[in-house]
Amino acid sequence: MAEVGRHPQLNRNGELHHLLSIEELPRAILERILTTADSFINLAEREVKSVPLLRGRSVFNLFFENSTRTRTTFEIAARRLSADVFNLDITRSSTAKGESLLDTINNLTAMQADMFVVRHASSGAPYLIARHVAPHVHVINAGDGRHAHPTQGLLDMYTIRHYKRDFTQLTVAIVGDILHSRVARSAIHGLTTLGVPEVRAVGPLTLLPGGLEQLGVRVCTRLEDGIRGADVIIMLRLQNERMKGALLPSAQEYFRNYGLTPEKLQLARTDAIVMHPGPMNRGVEIDSHVADGTQSVILPQVTFGIAVRMAVLALVSSSQRMQ
Amino acid sequence: MKLAIRNGRVVDPASKVDGRADVFVDDGRIVAIGTAPHGFSAERTLDATGLIVAPGLVDLCARMREPGADGALKVESHAALAGGITGVVCPPDTDPPLDEPGLVRMLRQRSREAAGARLYPLGALTAGLGGEALAEIETLAEVGCVAFAQTGSLPHDNSVLLQAMRYARTFDLPLWLRPVEDTLAGRGVAAAGAVAARLGLASVPDVAETVALHTVFELQRATGARIHLCRLSSSNGVELVRRAKREGLPVTCDVGIHHVHLIDVDIGYFDSNFRLDPPLRTSRDRDAIRTGLADGTIDAICSDHTPVDEDMKQVPFGEAESGEQAIEFVNESKPNLVLMDINLPGMNGLECTRILKSQHPEVAVFVITSNNAENYRAAAIEAGASEYIPKSQIRKELVRILSRHS
Amino acid sequence: MIDLDAEAIYRRFAARVRERTAGRDVRLVGVRTGGVWLAERLRDALGIRHPVGVLDISFYRDDFDRQGLSPTVKPSQIDFDVDGKNLLLVDDVLYTGRTVRAAMNELFDYGRPARIDLAVLIDRGGRELPVEASVVGATVEVPREVSVVLSRDETGGLHLTLEQHGG
Repeated sequence: MAEVGRHPQLNRNGELHHLLSIEELPRAILERILTTADSFINLAEREVKSVPLLRGRSVFNLFFENSTRTRTTFEIAARRLSADVFNLDITRSSTAKGESLLDTINNLTAMQADMFVVRHASSGAPYLIARHVAPHVHVINAGDGRHAHPTQGLLDMYTIRHYKRDFTQLTVAIVGDILHSRVARSAIHGLTTLGVPEVRAVGPLTLLPGGLEQLGVRVCTRLEDGIRGADVIIMLRLQNERMKGALLPSAQEYFRNYGLTPEKLQLARTDAIVMHPGPMNRGVEIDSHVADGTQSVILPQVTFGIAVRMAVLALVSSSQRMQ
Repeated sequence: MKLAIRNGRVVDPASKVDGRADVFVDDGRIVAIGTAPHGFSAERTLDATGLIVAPGLVDLCARMREPGADGALKVESHAALAGGITGVVCPPDTDPPLDEPGLVRMLRQRSREAAGARLYPLGALTAGLGGEALAEIETLAEVGCVAFAQTGSLPHDNSVLLQAMRYARTFDLPLWLRPVEDTLAGRGVAAAGAVAARLGLASVPDVAETVALHTVFELQRATGARIHLCRLSSSNGVELVRRAKREGLPVTCDVGIHHVHLIDVDIGYFDSNFRLDPPLRTSRDRDAIRTGLADGTIDAICSDHTPVDEDMKQVPFGEAESGEQAIEFVNESKPNLVLMDINLPGMNGLECTRILKSQHPEVAVFVITSNNAENYRAAAIEAGASEYIPKSQIRKELVRILSRHS
Repeated sequence: MIDLDAEAIYRRFAARVRERTAGRDVRLVGVRTGGVWLAERLRDALGIRHPVGVLDISFYRDDFDRQGLSPTVKPSQIDFDVDGKNLLLVDDVLYTGRTVRAAMNELFDYGRPARIDLAVLIDRGGRELPVEASVVGATVEVPREVSVVLSRDETGGLHLTLEQHGG
């Protein structure tokens, strides 16, 4: 029968041992990650930008899916905690079968890895890994298939907290290919956990998954309805593949209907912030004037990303070793 | 022998009996239910208090791993018997598919030899199950196929399905079809809904089943073919079948036992044991299936037993808990190669090797152990082991051994 | 048990700090939390214009492996350039010396001070590292199981309490 009860990312004491998803992440832990990240933001201004917290620990970046950006921020985060970082590029085009994935993990554990940061094309792969690592090893999900990208979700929450403070009064719109987006799913879970009363998913029906209402989200098929009065707009990247399939006819038509332009942005609140996980497709989902405009917080998101990832690495390392 | 089975709950759909009664058997035939025949004196009495006494169950779908490792069929058919299943219908998606009379004959012969549950093979509807050209279904019926099936989904090409139904109708042969429209099912692994959305899994929408059902029923109206639908999964699907039966179409259907109990939420944290085909759907669908079973819309539950494929691609390793069990296992499954640990609970590994080699000289036994002592090595070879391998070397030695033996 | 009058001890402490830092341009850095309260008071008392530096040593402790991360981590904040400065590091209780070691390591990640002096309200002995304070408010002796805790009430008044550890 299915496991009932404790989420595999928490240990028996309810501490965060792995970070697999924001879904079922207790609110107290989520908030603790955000407040801990506060302490890492200022480091960049110091002469020595690192703290000795994870000295002697080994962090292995296992990226089965290419991503220089995410991998680099994790590497910076780990080094700023004085950990030793090792990058393994294991890009495979098809889903790695259970055995070879676990074989890789076993070999690495034998090399004294303390932490695996994993990005994989299959939803759920980090869960499989977490089930098989030794008790003292931590697994951080850096993105699995369409399922989750929890550190991105956390940095999105941190960004919103930085500019807006009180989650319980906000209207947040997520715009784009939500069907294929793990960023969107993680953001939705983060927002609902932190008590955001109005979360809207905006896109054409071909890019909206079923079951969104059950997650507490309002569905809008017109951008104007979706961003009217919004405090926060999260724009999602539209991938090229979507435009060739039967889901969308063309980038131009998508931009006409769902691209965020300065005119459309005026429908949101005047102090609304515009976010984007990056990399941006200028002229497809977002107009350059908006991306570079005063309401855009896209660049600060990157700085926040390092601090948030440092907080995650610090917190999981802090969980008691007896599991 | 005269046998009396007392106090059991007799369940016999054919005679519409469901109640406590005694059953009397003489020389392998049931001679009375309820009261013993005049002068009957039981040589043996079974106390069936708390038990069900029923005719043997027929499982409408169980894969027997045939053609496969020698002995697999025997294991499967005896396992079925042990569960009260005296008849098993096996689908045609063996390797190669059952589309030739010779293969069917062989299968039936092996089944007879196995002397376990009786086997009722389904023949392939199309050559190679490719969904394009008809198989020789009339000839296959002659040699014992009870019906003809296309597995996985409906044939891609509706004209093929139409012609197949017409042809089958000619000889009044039933067709067993999976009501799945495969372009709609795509590469989905979970039912479309909140769970798939939450877990980010590629999904199979309801319409993959309902569109397939509409297609089947329309073609049935046009041809009059007898159809059995395999593995219904959705509440909309159940309702469509209900209406089709009401209309009088010659259709029956079954569900897999998993879908009577489990739903998508049971996938939990990506437990791949719950990745099924058709996928587990919502509680609403499960309720509709239960209602459908109760009101007769759904005619049967089957096991849909599908031994997992991946294991077959490698050398099967049985996990014996003791030497005695190892011998049993080897007797049953006849592996090519056995890796034997010297330290086993019960009989020790060397003794086990000796016995194994005397009973099965063709099986290669490799003794592996953490003990490197020279006398152990000699003893192992003397007992009949092909080689003696220290555990520290097992990785590279294993590759060498396996490539030599495949 | 010893009776500790925090305010009285503070007055002695502040006087000694004043003596010690007379005529020098000294920056105050307080170790959170008690040290910060003391540093802020000293700043006013000594008429120092510069803002007080705040050190949270959570990331520099030597017991992370055993104890994990403190639940109340807050950002450190030093708004001046540490290079070449005279620093007065202020803490409430000096015991094993580990907190001071961590604080100094953290200070050196900000830059290279010219000098660091240590001022503590209470020295309770029991050093496990070679650390010494140049200014001490009072020296007390308490058993290992007892903690000396500085607290601050709503009006800003300081209090010292002795707390017994559980088993």
